[in-house]
Amino acid sequence: MGVRDLSCSLAMAEALAEEMERDPTVFIIGEDLVAHGGIFGQFRGLPERFPERIIDTPISETSIVGAGIGAALTGMRPIIDMHFADFVTTAMDEIVNQMAKLRYMSGGQAKLPLVLWAPDGAGISAAAQHSQSLESWFIHTPGLKVVAPFEPADVKGLLKSAIRDDDPVIFFQHKRLFRWTGPVAEHHEYLIPLGKAVVKRSGSEVTLLTYSRMTYECLEAARLLAQKGIQAEVIDLRTLKPLDFELIAQSVQKTRHAVVVHEACMTGGFGAEIAARISEELFECLEAPVRRVAAKDVPIPFSPVLEKFVLPQVEDILSAVESVLNYAPHASSARRHRSVHHFSHHSKTSK
Amino acid sequence: MCSVQRALVTSVSHSPPGKGATALPSQGLCWLVSEEGVPKGIIQTFVNSYLWLCMQTRASSPTTAAKQSAPLLPEKKVALFEKMVLIRVFEERVAELFAQQLIPGFVHLSIGQEASTVGSCAALRSDDYIVSTHRGHAHILAKGADPKYMMAESLGKKTGYCKGKGGSMHIADFSKNILGANGVVGGGFPIIIGAGFSIKLRKTDQVGMVFFGDGASNRGTFHEACNMAAVFKLPIVFVCENNMYASTSPASKMVAGGTIAGRAHAYGIPGVITDGSNVLAVAEVVQEAVDRARNGDGPSIVETETYRYKGHFEGDKQKYRSQDEIQNYRLTRDPIDRFERILLEEGILTTAAIKNIWAAAQARVDEAVRFGLESPLPEPEEALDDLFVNP
Repeated sequence: MGVRDLSCSLAMAEALAEEMERDPTVFIIGEDLVAHGGIFGQFRGLPERFPERIIDTPISETSIVGAGIGAALTGMRPIIDMHFADFVTTAMDEIVNQMAKLRYMSGGQAKLPLVLWAPDGAGISAAAQHSQSLESWFIHTPGLKVVAPFEPADVKGLLKSAIRDDDPVIFFQHKRLFRWTGPVAEHHEYLIPLGKAVVKRSGSEVTLLTYSRMTYECLEAARLLAQKGIQAEVIDLRTLKPLDFELIAQSVQKTRHAVVVHEACMTGGFGAEIAARISEELFECLEAPVRRVAAKDVPIPFSPVLEKFVLPQVEDILSAVESVLNYAPHASSARRHRSVHHFSHHSKTSK
Repeated sequence: MCSVQRALVTSVSHSPPGKGATALPSQGLCWLVSEEGVPKGIIQTFVNSYLWLCMQTRASSPTTAAKQSAPLLPEKKVALFEKMVLIRVFEERVAELFAQQLIPGFVHLSIGQEASTVGSCAALRSDDYIVSTHRGHAHILAKGADPKYMMAESLGKKTGYCKGKGGSMHIADFSKNILGANGVVGGGFPIIIGAGFSIKLRKTDQVGMVFFGDGASNRGTFHEACNMAAVFKLPIVFVCENNMYASTSPASKMVAGGTIAGRAHAYGIPGVITDGSNVLAVAEVVQEAVDRARNGDGPSIVETETYRYKGHFEGDKQKYRSQDEIQNYRLTRDPIDRFERILLEEGILTTAAIKNIWAAAQARVDEAVRFGLESPLPEPEEALDDLFVNP
């Protein structure tokens, strides 16, 4: 059993193959799964291996999601392919009123071991209806678990855990990470527990809390900050619900400064929830208000120049870090002004 | 024709074709009519309508479609009658408890629809699945749930099926494969599709039945589910209990094409309309649909023409229909009265035996009410339980 470099797509296909091999109740249902092995190649090789358990359906997202629910209630472990995360809107009743509530409403009788897999995120000029990051809707719905991994290894480990979990898991995967490559264990029992965040880079002066694709931007910002002598800690939350607040607290108690970074738009985003919890529970540790870096509050536009303007960039993270490190509650407060700008090169914003 | 009969006729798309005829209309359903031009009773026509739709759609061979299922044994008929009476007594008691403000929230009763529900569930095995609606007490009782835990649930008690978290509208009994009553109109269709896939993948011969009303037939979920069930030949029976009103809106004004069973034509599956106040007619038709599903021949739509005596919810002022209409239905088409007469005529039950059945149902519901009222309320903190298997 070794470790090889795999893309997120291949890590996902491997996780699915292993779990389908292990458990005959696991199946995948959705649109256009077979012909190309999934629109992102995420199902490559599976239709040949498990022809009965990869179900290509008509374009009926409402019933695809509902079918996952009904199958889960009756002994199966479905993986629902949402095609694009944006299409959850066509199945919101199924997700919010059924999937999230049937167990609770039935007094714990119902069990819904299912994964709703949804590729989300912007940055490929897919425009407003194929680019959203909608995680906060589901975080705000009791009864759902929400996962949004970054590294290929996490894709594998978390997807396997999500499939084995007895509760419904909304599994977001960023479209721009499908080719993102990293070391992945070959091990069939490589599981990453839901609800555990991970420190991607250690630092002592500011905590960058992020997930999904923005982990990359945060790591890039941390690298640039280090060149200026500022040590940023980067935490990839990986699971958004349940949230690993313990790790967040440990880090913020150490750095006393926090910036939350996500690609979803600012208002009502998950950053607001994290910032509120830090303020409520760790107020006395903070030397500055928690700052948020997020997309602007407009739909994602098509033209690359517009899209880039709307999405959070590395420079935005640097600005936020600068503002928390230089925060002065009173004008007289003498604090060292630390500029994180004036880098000779602009950080790259895409891979 | 009396007003009720007129209402019945307007609830289907095509008026009777002509005196004494059994002619096939150019589209829609086939009706048998009497010399006077009045429908002779839908029970005689369902086979023809079924046959006709099948021939049109080639969904199955006419011989299969016309095949008569074996007549019900007397014991089975008695069991159906007992179930109908239990449902009636249970629902009337729910209405009383609600009026006494002992049941919180709101309740939807299906008094008057007992034949439709009991006839449908008569064809099911205990391991078959049902998905019910907001008007679900009857479905759940007919599938074998215990009135005690249902009553406790309606009263918001800890001992209820859902520990007081669901209430009257969300009762489920997973031990009986009752996947739950559902508060969203049309919310059950996609779920039963999933049960259908599950049955296929697990290679069992179970059947899934989804109950819905005329209102739900206008949800997009109905179309998606019918199409998907037909495409994959899923073992599903769609039972539309057309009680003529979607909340306050008459089906005659809201259902394009006039019938819901007729929509089956578009999916290439059988669609049957039957007399929802005749339990034997319903049982016969649904048995055929269930057999089809179990034999791997795919889904069917059965539309039962029925009627609810109570409002959409308890307390509904029912400005959308007349008291005469309700009275007329009660007097001429009450499903329990009709079945009682049949059982007496066939010599299956005596008047005394019928009395005993009512008394037994009363006693059982009394016991359920006692259990419910005496049961403890949940502890407030229990509101935080039962969200996740692995929190």
